[in-house]
Amino acid sequence: MSLAIVKYNAGNIRSVQFALQRLGVEALWTDEPAALRAADKVIFPGVGEASSAMQYLRERGLDAVLRGLRQPVLGICLGLQLFCRHSEEGDTSCLGIFDVEVRRFRSPGLKVPHIGWNTLSNLRGPLFEGVEDGNFMYFVHSFYAEMHPDMVAQTDYGVPFSAALQRENFFAVQFHPEKSGETSQRILKNFLKL
Amino acid sequence: MSLAKRIIPCLDIKDGQTVKGIRFEQPRHAGDPAELAEMYARQGADELVLLDITATHEGRATFTGLVHRVAEVLDIPFTVGGGIGSVAQVEALLRAGADKVSINSAAVRRPELIDELARTFGSQCIVLAIDACPHADGYWYVYLNGGRIATPQRAPDWAREAADRGAGEILLTSMAHDGVKTGFALDLTREIATSIPIPVIASGGAGRPEHFLDVFTAGMADAALAASVFHFGEIPVPALKKYLYSHGISIRIEQNSCN
Repeated sequence: MSLAIVKYNAGNIRSVQFALQRLGVEALWTDEPAALRAADKVIFPGVGEASSAMQYLRERGLDAVLRGLRQPVLGICLGLQLFCRHSEEGDTSCLGIFDVEVRRFRSPGLKVPHIGWNTLSNLRGPLFEGVEDGNFMYFVHSFYAEMHPDMVAQTDYGVPFSAALQRENFFAVQFHPEKSGETSQRILKNFLKL
Repeated sequence: MSLAKRIIPCLDIKDGQTVKGIRFEQPRHAGDPAELAEMYARQGADELVLLDITATHEGRATFTGLVHRVAEVLDIPFTVGGGIGSVAQVEALLRAGADKVSINSAAVRRPELIDELARTFGSQCIVLAIDACPHADGYWYVYLNGGRIATPQRAPDWAREAADRGAGEILLTSMAHDGVKTGFALDLTREIATSIPIPVIASGGAGRPEHFLDVFTAGMADAALAASVFHFGEIPVPALKKYLYSHGISIRIEQNSCN
Protein backbone atom coordinates (compact mmCIF):
# COMPACT_ATOMS: atom_id res chain seq x y z
CA MET A 1 0.00 0.00 0.00
CA SER A 2 1.30 3.47 -0.84
CA LEU A 3 0.57 6.43 1.36
CA ALA A 4 1.15 10.09 0.53
CA ILE A 5 1.22 13.03 2.91
CA VAL A 6 0.34 16.33 1.29
CA LYS A 7 3.31 18.70 1.43
CA TYR A 8 2.31 22.31 1.95
CA ASN A 9 3.13 25.28 4.14
CA ALA A 10 1.55 23.95 7.32
CA GLY A 11 3.58 22.66 10.23
CA ASN A 12 3.68 19.53 12.29
CA ILE A 13 3.81 16.79 9.72
CA ARG A 14 6.66 15.01 11.50
CA SER A 15 4.40 13.68 14.22
CA VAL A 16 2.16 12.12 11.56
CA GLN A 17 5.16 10.53 9.86
CA PHE A 18 6.45 9.16 13.16
CA ALA A 19 3.03 7.77 14.10
CA LEU A 20 2.82 5.99 10.75
CA GLN A 21 6.36 4.67 11.24
CA ARG A 22 5.27 3.17 14.55
CA LEU A 23 2.55 1.37 12.60
CA GLY A 24 5.16 0.15 10.13
CA VAL A 25 4.06 2.42 7.26
CA GLU A 26 6.43 4.63 5.28
CA ALA A 27 4.72 7.64 3.76
CA LEU A 28 5.75 9.77 0.80
CA TRP A 29 5.72 13.51 1.58
CA THR A 30 4.85 15.21 -1.69
CA ASP A 31 3.10 18.06 -3.46
CA GLU A 32 3.29 16.40 -6.89
CA PRO A 33 -0.25 16.06 -8.30
CA ALA A 34 0.61 12.79 -10.07
CA ALA A 35 2.08 11.25 -6.92
CA LEU A 36 -0.91 12.31 -4.86
CA ARG A 37 -3.36 10.90 -7.40
CA ALA A 38 -1.43 7.62 -7.63
CA ALA A 39 -1.22 6.97 -3.86
CA ASP A 40 -3.56 4.37 -2.34
CA LYS A 41 -4.27 6.74 0.53
CA VAL A 42 -3.61 10.40 1.18
CA ILE A 43 -3.20 12.20 4.50
CA PHE A 44 -3.67 15.97 4.68
CA PRO A 45 -2.32 17.03 8.08
CA GLY A 46 -1.45 20.42 9.35
CA VAL A 47 -1.30 23.00 12.03
CA GLY A 48 -1.33 26.55 10.80
CA GLU A 49 -3.41 29.40 9.53
CA ALA A 50 -6.27 28.82 7.08
CA SER A 51 -5.93 31.70 4.60
CA SER A 52 -2.18 31.32 4.00
CA ALA A 53 -2.59 27.55 3.66
CA MET A 54 -5.41 27.93 1.11
CA GLN A 55 -3.44 30.53 -0.82
CA TYR A 56 -0.48 28.16 -0.98
CA LEU A 57 -2.68 25.29 -2.21
CA ARG A 58 -4.39 27.47 -4.88
CA GLU A 59 -1.13 28.88 -6.22
CA ARG A 60 0.04 25.34 -6.91
CA GLY A 61 -3.27 23.99 -8.17
CA LEU A 62 -3.38 21.58 -5.24
CA ASP A 63 -6.91 22.66 -4.30
CA ALA A 64 -8.30 21.06 -7.45
CA VAL A 65 -6.04 18.02 -7.05
CA LEU A 66 -7.27 17.42 -3.48
CA ARG A 67 -10.92 17.89 -4.42
CA GLY A 68 -10.56 15.41 -7.27
CA LEU A 69 -8.99 12.57 -5.24
CA ARG A 70 -10.92 9.30 -5.38
CA GLN A 71 -8.97 7.18 -2.86
CA PRO A 72 -9.48 7.46 0.93
CA VAL A 73 -8.22 10.86 2.15
CA LEU A 74 -7.75 11.82 5.81
CA GLY A 75 -7.61 15.47 6.84
CA ILE A 76 -6.21 16.22 10.29
CA CYS A 77 -6.77 19.38 12.36
CA LEU A 78 -6.30 22.30 9.92
CA GLY A 79 -6.81 19.66 7.23
CA LEU A 80 -10.37 19.14 8.44
CA GLN A 81 -11.04 22.87 8.45
CA LEU A 82 -9.66 23.31 4.93
CA PHE A 83 -11.98 20.53 3.70
CA CYS A 84 -14.93 22.69 4.81
CA ARG A 85 -16.72 25.39 2.81
CA HIS A 86 -15.50 28.51 4.57
CA SER A 87 -13.48 29.48 7.64
CA GLU A 88 -13.82 32.55 9.81
CA GLU A 89 -10.05 32.43 10.14
CA GLY A 90 -8.94 35.07 7.64
CA ASP A 91 -12.45 34.95 6.06
CA THR A 92 -11.20 32.08 3.90
CA SER A 93 -12.98 30.16 1.17
CA CYS A 94 -11.88 26.57 1.65
CA LEU A 95 -12.10 23.39 -0.43
CA GLY A 96 -15.83 22.84 0.07
CA ILE A 97 -15.71 19.06 0.34
CA PHE A 98 -17.92 19.37 3.42
CA ASP A 99 -20.64 22.02 3.25
CA VAL A 100 -19.70 23.20 6.72
CA GLU A 101 -18.79 26.58 8.21
CA VAL A 102 -15.66 26.86 10.42
CA ARG A 103 -16.09 29.30 13.32
CA ARG A 104 -13.96 30.66 16.12
CA PHE A 105 -14.66 29.53 19.70
CA ARG A 106 -16.07 32.56 21.44
CA SER A 107 -18.26 31.42 24.34
CA PRO A 108 -17.80 33.71 27.35
CA GLY A 109 -15.13 32.52 29.77
CA LEU A 110 -13.86 29.83 27.40
CA LYS A 111 -10.10 29.52 27.03
CA VAL A 112 -8.93 29.59 23.44
CA PRO A 113 -7.14 27.66 21.96
CA HIS A 114 -9.01 24.51 22.98
CA ILE A 115 -5.91 22.62 24.14
CA GLY A 116 -5.91 19.18 25.66
CA TRP A 117 -7.81 15.93 25.90
CA ASN A 118 -11.54 15.89 25.28
CA THR A 119 -14.06 13.15 24.67
CA LEU A 120 -15.78 11.89 21.53
CA SER A 121 -19.47 11.07 21.24
CA ASN A 122 -21.99 10.16 18.52
CA LEU A 123 -19.38 8.00 16.80
CA ARG A 124 -20.21 6.31 13.51
CA GLY A 125 -18.51 5.03 10.39
CA PRO A 126 -15.48 2.86 9.65
CA LEU A 127 -12.92 5.31 11.06
CA PHE A 128 -14.23 4.76 14.59
CA GLU A 129 -14.59 1.01 14.58
CA GLY A 130 -13.45 -0.21 18.01
CA VAL A 131 -13.42 3.34 19.41
CA GLU A 132 -15.98 4.10 22.09
CA ASP A 133 -18.04 7.09 23.11
CA GLY A 134 -16.14 8.78 25.93
CA ASN A 135 -12.68 7.97 24.55
CA PHE A 136 -10.31 10.93 24.84
CA MET A 137 -8.47 12.57 21.96
CA TYR A 138 -5.92 15.38 21.93
CA PHE A 139 -7.13 18.69 20.48
CA VAL A 140 -5.27 21.93 19.74
CA HIS A 141 -7.34 24.49 17.85
CA SER A 142 -9.09 27.85 18.01
CA PHE A 143 -11.58 27.27 15.20
CA TYR A 144 -14.14 24.48 14.90
CA ALA A 145 -16.38 22.92 12.27
CA GLU A 146 -20.08 23.27 13.01
CA MET A 147 -22.37 20.30 13.50
CA HIS A 148 -23.51 18.83 10.18
CA PRO A 149 -25.11 15.64 8.77
CA ASP A 150 -21.60 14.57 7.63
CA MET A 151 -20.45 14.59 11.26
CA VAL A 152 -19.18 11.18 12.39
CA ALA A 153 -17.87 12.23 15.84
CA GLN A 154 -18.88 15.04 18.16
CA THR A 155 -17.00 16.90 20.88
CA ASP A 156 -18.22 19.67 23.18
CA TYR A 157 -16.21 22.73 24.15
CA GLY A 158 -18.57 25.53 25.06
CA VAL A 159 -20.48 24.47 21.95
CA PRO A 160 -20.95 21.03 20.39
CA PHE A 161 -18.88 20.73 17.21
CA SER A 162 -17.80 18.23 14.56
CA ALA A 163 -14.75 16.37 15.87
CA ALA A 164 -14.83 14.29 12.69
CA LEU A 165 -16.55 14.46 9.31
CA GLN A 166 -16.93 11.97 6.50
CA ARG A 167 -18.36 12.21 3.01
CA GLU A 168 -17.68 9.43 0.52
CA ASN A 169 -13.88 8.93 0.39
CA PHE A 170 -13.11 12.05 2.42
CA PHE A 171 -12.47 11.63 6.15
CA ALA A 172 -11.39 14.37 8.52
CA VAL A 173 -10.66 14.68 12.22
CA GLN A 174 -10.16 17.84 14.26
CA PHE A 175 -8.12 16.07 16.95
CA HIS A 176 -4.65 14.59 16.50
CA PRO A 177 -4.84 10.82 16.04
CA GLU A 178 -1.04 10.79 15.81
CA LYS A 179 -0.74 12.29 19.29
CA SER A 180 -3.64 10.80 21.21
CA GLY A 181 -2.08 7.76 22.79
CA GLU A 182 -2.89 4.12 22.22
CA THR A 183 -6.63 4.48 21.62
CA SER A 184 -6.11 6.80 18.73
CA GLN A 185 -3.72 4.43 16.99
CA ARG A 186 -6.88 2.51 16.32
CA ILE A 187 -8.20 5.37 14.20
CA LEU A 188 -5.05 5.52 12.07
CA LYS A 189 -5.14 1.73 11.70
CA ASN A 190 -8.81 1.91 10.66
CA PHE A 191 -7.93 4.49 8.02
CA LEU A 192 -5.03 2.39 6.73
CA LYS A 193 -7.40 -0.60 6.47
CA LEU A 194 -10.00 1.19 4.31
CA MET B 1 -17.97 15.41 29.61
CA SER B 2 -15.56 18.28 29.34
CA LEU B 3 -11.98 19.13 28.57
CA ALA B 4 -9.73 17.15 30.92
CA LYS B 5 -7.26 18.74 33.31
CA ARG B 6 -3.79 17.72 32.19
CA ILE B 7 -1.05 16.00 34.19
CA ILE B 8 2.35 16.86 32.75
CA PRO B 9 5.60 15.28 33.90
CA CYS B 10 8.56 17.54 33.22
CA LEU B 11 11.93 16.14 32.29
CA ASP B 12 14.66 18.59 33.17
CA ILE B 13 17.53 17.69 30.87
CA LYS B 14 21.23 18.22 31.28
CA ASP B 15 23.78 16.60 28.98
CA GLY B 16 21.08 14.30 27.60
CA GLN B 17 20.03 13.04 31.04
CA THR B 18 17.01 13.82 33.19
CA VAL B 19 17.72 15.76 36.34
CA LYS B 20 15.65 17.54 38.92
CA GLY B 21 16.94 20.34 41.10
CA ILE B 22 15.81 21.29 44.56
CA ARG B 23 14.93 24.98 44.31
CA PHE B 24 16.78 25.20 41.00
CA GLU B 25 20.03 23.93 42.59
CA GLN B 26 21.88 20.62 42.96
CA PRO B 27 20.51 18.52 40.10
CA ARG B 28 20.46 14.77 40.61
CA HIS B 29 20.06 12.13 37.93
CA ALA B 30 16.78 10.37 37.18
CA GLY B 31 17.17 8.47 33.94
CA ASP B 32 17.19 8.44 30.15
CA PRO B 33 14.72 11.00 28.73
CA ALA B 34 13.38 8.96 25.79
CA GLU B 35 12.85 5.93 28.01
CA LEU B 36 11.14 8.02 30.68
CA ALA B 37 9.00 9.76 28.07
CA GLU B 38 7.66 6.49 26.72
CA MET B 39 7.02 5.19 30.22
CA TYR B 40 5.03 8.28 31.14
CA ALA B 41 2.94 8.00 27.98
CA ARG B 42 2.10 4.39 28.85
CA GLN B 43 1.18 5.43 32.39
CA GLY B 44 -1.32 7.97 31.10
CA ALA B 45 0.57 11.26 31.26
CA ASP B 46 -1.34 13.77 29.14
CA GLU B 47 1.68 15.65 27.84
CA LEU B 48 5.38 15.96 28.55
CA VAL B 49 7.73 18.88 28.85
CA LEU B 50 11.45 18.56 28.11
CA LEU B 51 13.41 21.46 29.52
CA ASP B 52 17.06 21.94 28.73
CA ILE B 53 17.81 23.50 32.11
CA THR B 54 21.34 24.56 31.44
CA ALA B 55 20.80 26.05 28.00
CA THR B 56 20.27 29.65 28.99
CA HIS B 57 22.96 29.70 31.61
CA GLU B 58 25.72 28.18 29.55
CA GLY B 59 24.49 29.34 26.19
CA ARG B 60 24.37 25.75 25.10
CA ALA B 61 22.53 24.90 21.89
CA THR B 62 19.23 23.09 22.37
CA PHE B 63 18.98 19.39 22.16
CA THR B 64 17.55 18.70 18.75
CA GLY B 65 18.82 15.14 18.52
CA LEU B 66 17.12 14.14 21.74
CA VAL B 67 13.91 15.83 20.62
CA HIS B 68 13.94 13.76 17.45
CA ARG B 69 14.51 10.55 19.42
CA VAL B 70 11.63 11.34 21.78
CA ALA B 71 9.30 12.31 18.92
CA GLU B 72 9.86 8.96 17.22
CA VAL B 73 8.66 6.96 20.21
CA LEU B 74 6.13 9.25 21.86
CA ASP B 75 2.41 9.18 20.98
CA ILE B 76 1.37 12.08 23.21
CA PRO B 77 2.23 15.76 22.72
CA PHE B 78 5.40 17.24 24.12
CA THR B 79 6.82 20.69 24.64
CA VAL B 80 10.50 21.57 24.56
CA GLY B 81 12.18 24.55 26.13
CA GLY B 82 15.38 25.96 27.49
CA GLY B 83 17.41 28.75 25.96
CA ILE B 84 15.14 29.28 22.97
CA GLY B 85 15.55 32.76 21.53
CA SER B 86 14.91 32.77 17.80
CA VAL B 87 12.46 31.80 15.09
CA ALA B 88 15.16 29.59 13.53
CA GLN B 89 15.65 27.63 16.77
CA VAL B 90 11.92 27.06 17.08
CA GLU B 91 11.70 25.91 13.49
CA ALA B 92 14.48 23.36 14.07
CA LEU B 93 12.80 21.99 17.20
CA LEU B 94 9.37 21.72 15.59
CA ARG B 95 10.97 20.08 12.57
CA ALA B 96 12.67 17.58 14.89
CA GLY B 97 9.21 16.60 16.08
CA ALA B 98 8.37 18.79 19.07
CA ASP B 99 4.70 19.77 19.25
CA LYS B 100 5.25 23.01 21.14
CA VAL B 101 8.10 25.14 22.36
CA SER B 102 8.33 27.05 25.58
CA ILE B 103 10.14 30.35 25.70
CA ASN B 104 11.18 32.25 28.79
CA SER B 105 14.07 34.67 29.27
CA ALA B 106 14.40 35.65 25.60
CA ALA B 107 10.75 36.74 25.50
CA VAL B 108 11.17 38.91 28.59
CA ARG B 109 14.19 40.58 27.02
CA ARG B 110 12.44 41.00 23.68
CA PRO B 111 8.64 40.54 23.94
CA GLU B 112 8.19 40.88 20.16
CA LEU B 113 9.61 37.36 19.92
CA ILE B 114 6.20 36.07 21.07
CA ASP B 115 4.44 37.91 18.23
CA GLU B 116 6.94 36.63 15.68
CA LEU B 117 6.66 33.02 16.82
CA ALA B 118 2.87 33.10 17.05
CA ARG B 119 2.64 34.61 13.57
CA THR B 120 5.08 32.13 12.06
CA PHE B 121 4.03 28.89 13.77
CA GLY B 122 0.63 29.64 15.33
CA SER B 123 -0.23 30.38 18.96
CA GLN B 124 -1.03 26.74 19.61
CA CYS B 125 2.64 25.78 19.72
CA ILE B 126 3.96 28.74 21.71
CA VAL B 127 4.12 28.25 25.47
CA LEU B 128 5.35 31.20 27.52
CA ALA B 129 7.17 30.03 30.66
CA ILE B 130 7.27 32.37 33.63
CA ASP B 131 9.52 31.81 36.66
CA ALA B 132 8.04 33.91 39.46
CA CYS B 133 9.04 34.71 43.01
CA PRO B 134 7.25 36.86 45.62
CA HIS B 135 8.97 39.96 46.98
CA ALA B 136 8.57 41.70 50.31
CA ASP B 137 6.01 44.09 48.76
CA GLY B 138 3.62 41.15 48.36
CA TYR B 139 3.79 41.02 44.54
CA TRP B 140 5.17 38.22 42.37
CA TYR B 141 8.01 39.18 40.03
CA VAL B 142 9.39 37.57 36.89
CA TYR B 143 12.87 36.01 37.04
CA LEU B 144 15.25 35.21 34.20
CA ASN B 145 17.87 32.56 33.41
CA GLY B 146 16.47 29.73 35.48
CA GLY B 147 15.70 31.99 38.41
CA ARG B 148 19.06 33.72 38.61
CA ILE B 149 18.11 37.27 37.60
CA ALA B 150 15.22 39.31 39.03
CA THR B 151 13.26 41.73 36.84
CA PRO B 152 10.99 44.61 37.84
CA GLN B 153 8.09 43.02 35.94
CA ARG B 154 5.14 41.56 37.87
CA ALA B 155 4.17 38.04 36.82
CA PRO B 156 0.41 38.65 36.22
CA ASP B 157 1.15 41.67 34.01
CA TRP B 158 3.65 39.71 31.96
CA ALA B 159 1.23 36.78 31.57
CA ARG B 160 -1.45 39.16 30.26
CA GLU B 161 0.94 40.83 27.83
CA ALA B 162 2.16 37.45 26.57
CA ALA B 163 -1.42 36.31 25.95
CA ASP B 164 -2.11 39.55 24.05
CA ARG B 165 0.99 39.01 21.95
CA GLY B 166 -0.14 35.54 20.92
CA ALA B 167 1.21 33.00 23.41
CA GLY B 168 -0.98 29.89 23.41
CA GLU B 169 -0.38 28.81 27.00
CA ILE B 170 1.37 30.02 30.15
CA LEU B 171 3.66 27.67 32.08
CA LEU B 172 3.79 29.29 35.49
CA THR B 173 6.51 28.17 37.91
CA SER B 174 6.67 29.42 41.46
CA MET B 175 10.35 29.46 42.40
CA ALA B 176 9.32 29.79 46.02
CA HIS B 177 7.54 26.43 45.80
CA ASP B 178 9.71 24.58 43.28
CA GLY B 179 11.25 21.42 44.73
CA VAL B 180 9.85 22.09 48.20
CA LYS B 181 6.81 19.78 47.84
CA THR B 182 4.45 21.80 50.00
CA GLY B 183 1.91 22.53 47.27
CA PHE B 184 1.54 24.87 44.29
CA ALA B 185 1.31 28.67 44.49
CA LEU B 186 -2.49 28.67 44.53
CA ASP B 187 -3.18 32.40 44.80
CA LEU B 188 -0.83 33.38 42.00
CA THR B 189 -2.06 30.55 39.79
CA ARG B 190 -5.69 31.52 40.32
CA GLU B 191 -4.99 35.20 39.76
CA ILE B 192 -3.39 34.50 36.39
CA ALA B 193 -5.67 31.64 35.31
CA THR B 194 -8.78 33.74 35.84
CA SER B 195 -7.46 36.91 34.25
CA ILE B 196 -6.17 35.68 30.89
CA PRO B 197 -8.00 33.87 28.06
CA ILE B 198 -5.40 31.11 27.51
CA PRO B 199 -4.66 27.93 29.50
CA VAL B 200 -2.33 28.04 32.50
CA ILE B 201 -0.02 25.16 33.44
CA ALA B 202 0.89 25.35 37.13
CA SER B 203 4.36 24.23 38.15
CA GLY B 204 6.44 24.06 41.30
CA GLY B 205 5.56 22.56 44.64
CA ALA B 206 3.81 19.24 43.97
CA GLY B 207 4.46 16.82 46.80
CA ARG B 208 1.17 15.02 47.41
CA PRO B 209 -1.92 14.17 45.32
CA GLU B 210 -3.93 16.76 47.30
CA HIS B 211 -1.68 19.47 45.91
CA PHE B 212 -2.84 18.64 42.39
CA LEU B 213 -6.47 18.64 43.53
CA ASP B 214 -5.93 22.06 45.12
CA VAL B 215 -4.31 23.58 42.05
CA PHE B 216 -7.19 22.41 39.81
CA THR B 217 -9.89 23.62 42.22
CA ALA B 218 -8.62 26.57 44.29
CA GLY B 219 -5.86 27.40 41.79
CA MET B 220 -8.11 26.98 38.72
CA ALA B 221 -5.16 25.71 36.67
CA ASP B 222 -5.81 23.98 33.35
CA ALA B 223 -2.85 21.66 33.75
CA ALA B 224 -0.30 20.79 36.41
CA LEU B 225 3.36 20.01 35.88
CA ALA B 226 5.76 18.21 38.19
CA ALA B 227 9.05 16.36 37.96
CA SER B 228 10.62 14.66 40.95
CA VAL B 229 7.41 13.24 42.46
CA PHE B 230 6.93 11.39 39.19
CA HIS B 231 10.57 10.49 38.43
CA PHE B 232 11.20 8.95 41.81
CA GLY B 233 7.86 7.15 41.89
CA GLU B 234 6.59 9.08 44.89
CA ILE B 235 3.30 9.73 43.08
CA PRO B 236 2.60 7.28 40.23
CA VAL B 237 0.68 9.00 37.41
CA PRO B 238 -2.10 6.35 37.28
CA ALA B 239 -2.73 6.61 41.03
CA LEU B 240 -2.77 10.41 40.85
CA LYS B 241 -5.29 10.40 38.01
CA LYS B 242 -7.53 7.95 39.83
CA TYR B 243 -7.38 10.11 42.92
CA LEU B 244 -8.31 13.27 40.99
CA TYR B 245 -11.07 11.49 39.09
CA SER B 246 -12.56 10.20 42.33
CA HIS B 247 -12.60 13.78 43.61
CA GLY B 248 -14.67 14.98 40.69
CA ILE B 249 -11.92 16.45 38.51
CA SER B 250 -12.31 15.98 34.77
CA ILE B 251 -9.38 13.67 34.02
CA ARG B 252 -8.47 11.43 31.09
CA ILE B 253 -8.53 7.85 32.24
CA GLU B 254 -8.34 5.21 29.52
CA GLN B 255 -8.68 1.57 30.44
CA ASN B 256 -5.50 0.62 28.67
CA SER B 257 -3.34 3.47 29.97
CA CYS B 258 -4.38 3.54 33.62
CA ASN B 259 -4.79 0.10 35.08
